[in-house]
This record gives sequence, C-alpha cells and structure tokens, in this order.
Amino acid sequence: MADLTAGKLRQTPLNAVHRALGAKMVDFGGWDMPVEYPSTGGLVAEHKAVRRGVGMFDVSHMGDIRIHGRRTPGGGLAAVEHITMNQASRLEIGQAQYSAMLYPEGAFVDDVIVHRLGSDDFLLVINAGTREKDINWVEENTRDFECTVENLSDSYTQLAIQGPRAADLLQKLTHANLSKIGNYWFTHSKVCGLENILLARTGYTGEDGFEIYIPSDKQTSEEVWAMVMSAGREFEIVPCGLGARNTLRLEAKMSLYGHEISDTINVWEAGLDRFCRMEKGDFIGRASLARAKAKPVARKLVGLEMIDRGIARDGYRCLNQEGELIGVITSGSPSPTLGKNIALAFVPPAESALGTTIYVEIRAMKAQARVVPTPFYKRAKIAETKSTTK
Amino acid sequence: MVYPTTFRYTKDDEWVDVKGELGTVGLTHEAQCRLGDIVYLELPAMGAKLEAGKPLGVVESVKAVFEIFSPVSGDVVEVNLELKDAPEKVNSDPHGAGWLIKVRLKDPTETEALMDAAAYEAYATNPEREAKH
Repeated sequence: MADLTAGKLRQTPLNAVHRALGAKMVDFGGWDMPVEYPSTGGLVAEHKAVRRGVGMFDVSHMGDIRIHGRRTPGGGLAAVEHITMNQASRLEIGQAQYSAMLYPEGAFVDDVIVHRLGSDDFLLVINAGTREKDINWVEENTRDFECTVENLSDSYTQLAIQGPRAADLLQKLTHANLSKIGNYWFTHSKVCGLENILLARTGYTGEDGFEIYIPSDKQTSEEVWAMVMSAGREFEIVPCGLGARNTLRLEAKMSLYGHEISDTINVWEAGLDRFCRMEKGDFIGRASLARAKAKPVARKLVGLEMIDRGIARDGYRCLNQEGELIGVITSGSPSPTLGKNIALAFVPPAESALGTTIYVEIRAMKAQARVVPTPFYKRAKIAETKSTTK
Repeated sequence: MVYPTTFRYTKDDEWVDVKGELGTVGLTHEAQCRLGDIVYLELPAMGAKLEAGKPLGVVESVKAVFEIFSPVSGDVVEVNLELKDAPEKVNSDPHGAGWLIKVRLKDPTETEALMDAAAYEAYATNPEREAKH
C-alpha cells in the first residue's frame, strides 16, 4: 500500500508560531523545523543570546520512550540497564544521565538522556531522526523483561529554555524552587499554570538551562510558548532555531547522531568512555566493546581550530603534512563565541596530540588546522554549585 | 522595490549591473536572506576568465556553503577586497557595498536573457520556488 504521508514533512505543535515569527524553515530529518529567525538578527544573534542571556528552542521533534516495570519490581530498571551503556541504577529518582543505546557491535543506535521517574520507571529522550528505529529497537530488545514500553513521542511539546538567565526566567513561571535542581536533575511541578510538568535542568547548548515537557495540544503549546516569551522579555529572550542549536552544541563538543556518533562509530572512538559503565554487568554492545578495548583505537575524535582561512565542513577530508588522507571532519562551523573556525574530526591516534598540524581539504585548498583542547567552550561553573549532591 | 531596476538577475540569485563594457556582479538581497550570516567568500583572482552560468566562487554562511555562478562571460578586472575582512557587507548592503567583482564583458548583450527587477522579485518571492539556499 502506498504511504500517503510520504514526502510530507512532520510538524511540531508550534509550527504556526514559527511561521508567524517569520522563521526560515528547513526539512530536518523529515521535520519542518525553524533553522533561524531573521527577526532576531539570525543564527549568530540567537547563539549569542543563549551564551549571554536566554533563548528558547522548540525541540518537540525529539522522541520520548517510557519504560516501566510490570508485576516483578525491577523489570523496568533491568530493561534500561540492558539497552543502555550508562548505569541507570546509579540514578536517584529525579535524576537524569547522558547515555546511549548500542548495537551488539558496540556502535550507536542513538544517544539518549535517561530520566529516572520512579524506582522502576524511566523516560528516555531520543533523537528526532532516529525515532522509529529507536522505538523498534527498544521494543525488540526489552521483550524478555517484565516491563512496559510506551512511545510518548507525540505526547509532549518539548521546549528548551537555555542560557545564564534561563533559571531567572523560568522561576517566574513555576512553583518549583529551581535553585534546588542541580544540573541533570529534574522535578515535576506546576509550570505556566499547568500541573505536574516535567522540568529538567538539561540541554544541548553547553549552557545552563532547562527543558520542559508540556502537553502537545496546539493550544496549550502556543500558550506556554507565549508565556515564556512574555516572561522572558526583561531578559531579552529570543526564539532560537536549529542553526544556533548546532553551533552551540558544537562549541560544547556535544555529539550529534550521524556525525560524531553513528552506527559505524564505537564508544571508544567517539571518546564517550565516561558514559559507558563496563563494570555494571552485561548490556547490548558490551562484549564487542570489551574486545575492542584490548586493541588500540583506529581513530580518535579531536577538536580542530582553523589556522588558514576557510571553514571545515562535515565530510571534508583531513590530510597530514605529506598530503596523505588521514581522516574526516564530522562537524565544522564558525564559532560565534570564539570568533574562530572550529571543527571535530576523526584522525588516527598518532595525529591526535594537542598542537598537531592537520590539513583540511577545502575545495582546491589545503587549509592548515591545529588540534586543540575540547570542549571549545566551557561555561563558568555557577549552576553546578547549586547541584543537589547525594 | 528592493531590487534596483537597472540591474539584471539570475535564477541563482546573482545580479549584474552593466555600464558599457563593464559589469558589476553581486548576490541579491534574496540570496543574503536565504544564506543568513555570511562569514566567508572565495572570489576569483584578477584576470580570471568567467563564463556565464559557470561557478565563479563560493559564499559561506555560518550554516552552509553555496556556489556562486557568474551571470556573465568576461575577464575579472576588479575584486571587492573589502569583503575579505568584512563579508557581512553582503548581508547589510547586497546591492551596494557588498558587490563581489567587476568584469570586462565579452558580450554586453548577453545579459538581455537575464531577468529584470520585476521578474526577479516575482521569482524570488514565489513561495512555490524550491528552497535552494
């Protein structure tokens, strides 16, 4: 049977709001999403607003999977431990962690944020482009566990309110005491007059900020958007598109599926060792990772700063001094915060030391770049001092 | 109208302003809108030979790279060197200070095939137009 929806872009409940704001819309993994809002001044202005003040992103295209135990207590936890590489049992209720689902080969199905809603109840926030694949993967690989898997992807409008003023802004709209919510912790509270809203101190910008999950009906979504924009006026809030989201996450060296992580890149190559708990017991991908660990990695993810003029872009080739092909750029862009052109690349370990000169093939040029420390940008540790500690 | 009536325009969002044997070439307001913050331009060298419809250089915004096509054939006689350190001039004044190159035209009548301002504006603002940039 013909798929009647084929070719038609999916829309978030805020699509009409973006269009009314005059956003430039793009097809992002099958979603009609704002890339930038020219009325704000555009991508760079949005990026700087998040670094200095506050910005709001519609990230409702992200997916959400709830996994919770059935009759036997622990079925939900066991399932999450089986399909993710970080250790969910270390989470307290109200805490979240960066993690990933892996193929048996040790490469990535997707990266996820695991939220512990209850002792045996978890919410996994997944990428938009991998939604269907992820939900199928979770269902197939949790069958042997006493758990229920629910795809809640269409139940939430997800808003990311990001920047050093995000807490001041959101505090005006919620009863929750935000100073008590540490980085990667969350709560359920009244937000914008709505009861029991999931409010998490998470984000994808390298800045302090929150993500809120509100009911996905159009009216509620539009009302909350308007309330946040209105409450944010005193902080000069701007709506932000996927363009700024990408430059912000790149400066913070946060991975993007299909770029720094994919179904052909393993955890060690991606440099995500600290989120992978080999000691927790078995999980999908562990055996391959254990074998891979015995050998030196073939390639490492490094940060590059361009010395010559030119911008290294995804897929451009990296060469050594002799002109031999040694690697590839995974993401690259001008950095609005640093005023330099930066990139991430996979190169052999021998070429990965800080200060190493690498050449990037940019059209007919061989542009000189240098391996630099990452993340390219790290925020001042203000929010962390408020973190809830065990 | 934002588009100067004395210019001619291409479907790839370049303009050319012909004065005698000389043509000044730039990117249109529509192009700069679609590109967003322009951060880098790769332009031909003085003396380079251009052919109408063939690539003449590259423009990069923060988010992407686009090829620039020459609206005319001829020899490059001047390059806007100010853009090297201030590519954002293409955003702020695309039909003025943001000009790219000047070309000694091989055939000044060549531009007759290009769109005039009214035709280009209708083309550029047509919502049915495939998003190129």
